[in-house]
Amino acid sequence: MTAVATSTLVRGARASRSTITLKIMMAGSGALFILYVLAHMYGNLKAFSGESAFNEYAEHLRELGQPLLPYSGFLWLFRAALIIALVVHVYAAVVLWKRAQAARPVKYEVSKRRNSSFSSRTMRWGGLTLLLFLVWHLLNFTIVKINPTGGETNNPYQLMVDTFGVWWMTLIYLAAMAALGLHLHHGTFSAAQTLGWTNTAASRTRARTAGWVLAVVVAGGFSLVPLFTLFGVID
Amino acid sequence: MNLTLKIWRQKDAQSSGSMQSYAVEGISEDMSFLEMLDTLNEQLNERGEEPVAFDHDCREGICGSCDLMINGQAHGPEVTTTCQLHMRSFSDGQTITIEPWRAGAFPVVKDLIVDRSAFDRIIQSGGYISVNTGSAPEANSVPAPRDKAMRAFNVATCIGCGACVAACPNGSASLFLGAKITHLGELPQGQPERMGRVASMVAQHDAEGFGGCTNIGECTAACPKEIPLDVISQLNKDLRDALRAGY
Repeated sequence: MTAVATSTLVRGARASRSTITLKIMMAGSGALFILYVLAHMYGNLKAFSGESAFNEYAEHLRELGQPLLPYSGFLWLFRAALIIALVVHVYAAVVLWKRAQAARPVKYEVSKRRNSSFSSRTMRWGGLTLLLFLVWHLLNFTIVKINPTGGETNNPYQLMVDTFGVWWMTLIYLAAMAALGLHLHHGTFSAAQTLGWTNTAASRTRARTAGWVLAVVVAGGFSLVPLFTLFGVID
Repeated sequence: MNLTLKIWRQKDAQSSGSMQSYAVEGISEDMSFLEMLDTLNEQLNERGEEPVAFDHDCREGICGSCDLMINGQAHGPEVTTTCQLHMRSFSDGQTITIEPWRAGAFPVVKDLIVDRSAFDRIIQSGGYISVNTGSAPEANSVPAPRDKAMRAFNVATCIGCGACVAACPNGSASLFLGAKITHLGELPQGQPERMGRVASMVAQHDAEGFGGCTNIGECTAACPKEIPLDVISQLNKDLRDALRAGY
């Protein structure tokens, strides 16, 4: 048993090396992802305006910022920011996950949850699910462009219609959106709390509401296109 | 009431422990949970067995000594300390599982007793206000706004029992830390050392091996003093301010 002794106190404490700083990095990178999924969802909804509107939007993303930026310049800057944010987000998650496991070396025989939401308890495995989905999603639409029907791959609209015309592909995407909705539901509130914005009961309620709204709007908005494609409204 | 108790028994910090079952009889529903354990220990003593070691002191709900995980809930099913929990919260014939707080930073000393000196070291790292000793200053010379004084007072009710750590799936002491940071940070006397305080208390928290906070809120539900979750937001805000100030 260690006696209370001043020799065990930390010397030269640095706020930047704390677990809270890791959480702030996680909240900041998460905030960028929130902005990104909102913009991405808006782009997807262009599918309801037809093939030309959808493909023009995709092309327009590459022309953004021209002539100040080169072709695809803005897109690559944005991608670079997202990649850095992803590395930061995953790094912080891994460090904190390992820390949490070490902080409870012996598990309880009986453990009863009193207050935590389902979404808050699934942040880590849900996040891992999203990471795996992200790999598939990029292979599907960006890096390799895999058309499950073996059809055209260089027409973004056709690739999308062919993909979501396959029922199990739509199911994979819907499951991923459920994971995203859960992640956003707790992640939004948690980020606000981590950034120190929830100091009153009213601001805490607002942060929880924002989590609900983002989860429903983003997961719901993303799910519209696969569903309407599967049922033949978009073709 | 007759009860079956499943209790963690561990000889000392070095030994490995295990859950043991005990039948205890003749329990009144007006007994406190600790009095029920006293009854068990009397029965164990009569049989010449080693009594169960558990922490307790004031038995008035104000010292923060008692610390039992009862059926998977810190301090049991009511929002109070274990000493203020009464057997009427349980039913005759029930099986009750009693475990020590589980945290790497709270090593088991014996049976249900854990070493919570990590909290003392966190307080030593800045959970105080440095003042010159001497006669007490005139109280009205340092005005404190009423809402801030009330918030400071409400979170100063934290008794440092460690239920927040016990209930947290991450083994984080953020609610304890937040209560102390908010308590001192809301008062005028706490301002001169505010930035350095949060940096060193958080560093000590991390060095003790407590986990990071994921804002899920199990701590605040387990807290016998109902410390609200917003103290963790205050803690995070103060740390962000300290970062910006170069601490």
